[in-house]
Amino acid sequence: MSYEVIGISVLWFFLYGYLIVASVDFGAGFFHFYNKVSHKNYQVNKLIQRYLSPVWEVTNVFLVFFFVGIIGFFPDTAYYYGTALLVPGSISIVLIAIRGSYYAFNTYGSKDSKIYSFLYGMSGLLIPASFTIVLTISEGSYLDISNGNVTLMLGELLTSAYSWSVVFLAIVSVLFISASFLTYYAYKAGDVPSYYLFRRYTMFWSIPTILASVLIFFAIRHHNPEHFSSMLDLSWMFILSLLFFLTAVFFIYKKRHLGAAFILVMLQFFSAWFGYGASHLPYLLYPHLTIYDGFVNETMAIALIMAFLAGLLLLIPSLYLLMRLFLFDADYIQGNK
Amino acid sequence: MFMEYDPAMYSRILTGLTLGFHIIFATIGVGIPLMIALAEWMGIRKNDPHYRLLARRWARGFVVTVAVGVVTGTAIGLQLSLLWPNFMQLAGQTISLPLFMEVFAFFFEAIFLGIYLYTWDRFKSKMKHFLLIIPVVIGASFSAFFITTVNSFMNAPQGFELVNGVITDIDPIAAMFNPATPTKTAHVIITCYLTSAFVLGMIGAFKILKGDRHVYHKKALHLTMMSAFVFSIATVVIGDLSGKYLAEYQPEKLAAAEWHFETEEEAPLVLGGYLDNNGEIKYAMEIPYALSILAHGTPGAEVIGLDQFPEEDTPPLIIHYFFDGMVFIGMYLSFVSMIYLLLSWKKQELMHSKVLLWSIIAGGPLSILAIELGWVFAEIGRQPWILYGIMRTPEGATTSDHVDAMLYLFIGLYAILGLSCSIVLKKMFNNNPAAHELEQRGLEDRGERT
Repeated sequence: MSYEVIGISVLWFFLYGYLIVASVDFGAGFFHFYNKVSHKNYQVNKLIQRYLSPVWEVTNVFLVFFFVGIIGFFPDTAYYYGTALLVPGSISIVLIAIRGSYYAFNTYGSKDSKIYSFLYGMSGLLIPASFTIVLTISEGSYLDISNGNVTLMLGELLTSAYSWSVVFLAIVSVLFISASFLTYYAYKAGDVPSYYLFRRYTMFWSIPTILASVLIFFAIRHHNPEHFSSMLDLSWMFILSLLFFLTAVFFIYKKRHLGAAFILVMLQFFSAWFGYGASHLPYLLYPHLTIYDGFVNETMAIALIMAFLAGLLLLIPSLYLLMRLFLFDADYIQGNK
Repeated sequence: MFMEYDPAMYSRILTGLTLGFHIIFATIGVGIPLMIALAEWMGIRKNDPHYRLLARRWARGFVVTVAVGVVTGTAIGLQLSLLWPNFMQLAGQTISLPLFMEVFAFFFEAIFLGIYLYTWDRFKSKMKHFLLIIPVVIGASFSAFFITTVNSFMNAPQGFELVNGVITDIDPIAAMFNPATPTKTAHVIITCYLTSAFVLGMIGAFKILKGDRHVYHKKALHLTMMSAFVFSIATVVIGDLSGKYLAEYQPEKLAAAEWHFETEEEAPLVLGGYLDNNGEIKYAMEIPYALSILAHGTPGAEVIGLDQFPEEDTPPLIIHYFFDGMVFIGMYLSFVSMIYLLLSWKKQELMHSKVLLWSIIAGGPLSILAIELGWVFAEIGRQPWILYGIMRTPEGATTSDHVDAMLYLFIGLYAILGLSCSIVLKKMFNNNPAAHELEQRGLEDRGERT
């Protein structure tokens, strides 16, 4: 494998990690708010807090890792995307700032406030939607590159069916991933009413999730035929993704193997994510930038990969400890610790 | 603001705004874990529950500021690429290694902070819980170290060759360990510790001044002032070495900070004052030989003046005030903590006198002001360069048409965040005073039950 492919795979993998942990996190924030205003079930919210509190900071780092890494491995992306994304990127920053701060203010502050809960619940849902703009732009024809200047064609972006279908997919997937995780977590906690509530949410959000995925598939065909044809070459990955999805939903419907069901949901997104990513290669930005012409010099690439491996040696045991203490410790989940 | 739209100027203002806001939280984010560790360690060693509660309460407030630090850190991380795409394109090739490592250090810190906060009563051995703060201290200080190497690189770029606009011969390690790295990283980390000690000391002093004579606050004050004194002495020593670095590698930055116009031997140090219309220094205090000593360690040494540089390559002279302000506050902090220690040693009846308590309280905001002044000095003092000697600041900036609108957006964001954060912190501790918590936890006068 070339350094270019290793680099982009590592980054893509971290973005996948962000997709999963952030979806659980953002969805949980939204459900927390929703349950609070609809006075559904206060027990649920305690459960959500117990999961979220120790891990929220870690979520954010996955994202930072990605954008610092992409500048490191592919410095030219700074030039293309940096200039074009000033406005949408700034909006994302504002959303992230609101989400992170008000989550902490609400959780660690002295009282649970409805306004704070609203702010972090809603901003969490909008963050993935705002990030999808980057993926949309990467498909090409939304940037005007002339006289050495890069400008975003905001009008085209806002009126494009493709870009809205990606936004829609992002929002419903967040709710689906999060609900399927919380179903399992509630089950482990022995919290029966919460378990039924999240099971219902999972079933509910599974339908728009799969519909949106299919919609995107065809929206790309119209928007970027070149990408669509390479997606067809990798169609087995998308079929696999569909199978994972169906099995997961089946398990949850049958109230069986809930842990496995969540892993299947993760696999569903894993195969779709990597199918999408692999078929996107070699382009980082259609048709201007590929991983080959935007790559960092070899010395730095090796240094970054070494740093990455060393970092993993440090992080994997730490993450394991975190998960053992808070995710897989039955006593903690049940609130006995 | 009535000025012609210039994306580079707005980018500078917006970056300055984000950094200026972030640095408050980043600074205490680096220093407070160390103070928490010290308090918990004292609690275990002296078997004193007051210190343990101190660590616990500091940690509880700390996590709120960490949240703001994390999100504003994410903001500056993204803004670097959004506002300075051309610079980041070059930086990506040369200095991305420490940027990347910073994320790992922070990742490490974040994981253990999460564990630390939620395991206070989970382990049988108190030592085990104490050990969890160590990775947080290490992660925090290392992320400060890595990110400061990037700033050092901007001041003293090396580890690559630029031939006809093409970068070759890249050496990431040399880029990271450039001449500015030792003094800059040491200065940043130690002042984070110093500021944090004073900010926490301010809280203790404030409580005592308000009439809360609980020994808990006295212990807090004593621990913070003792630490502050040690850190302030280290700050003075490292500050002196930073002066010598500047004299050697960025003489025009030192010369502009000191209003040192003519190259000369036995150079005096200029304090305060102002420049009249003819560029003459008025009403300044001059300390003979002091600049020569600061720059080279001997009173007779020659110090290069601004006359050696073309005007378009020198920073604006206003940095003199930022520099003086920073140094003055540094001296003040060292003086106040020393007085406290002397009194606690010789004249204990005066150590909680109103004047001293007020001076300590003033040290809290002043130390943060010094951090701000120091960074403003460091950044404006590097002008006109974004990468010293290689890339001028406007060349690195975005060409986007909307930087001004983004500036207003972020002014609004930081105003709201700053306000909410202070309200939350205030409520948190007012609703649950230390004496109350001690009683609740059954620690009052009976020692801690196991």
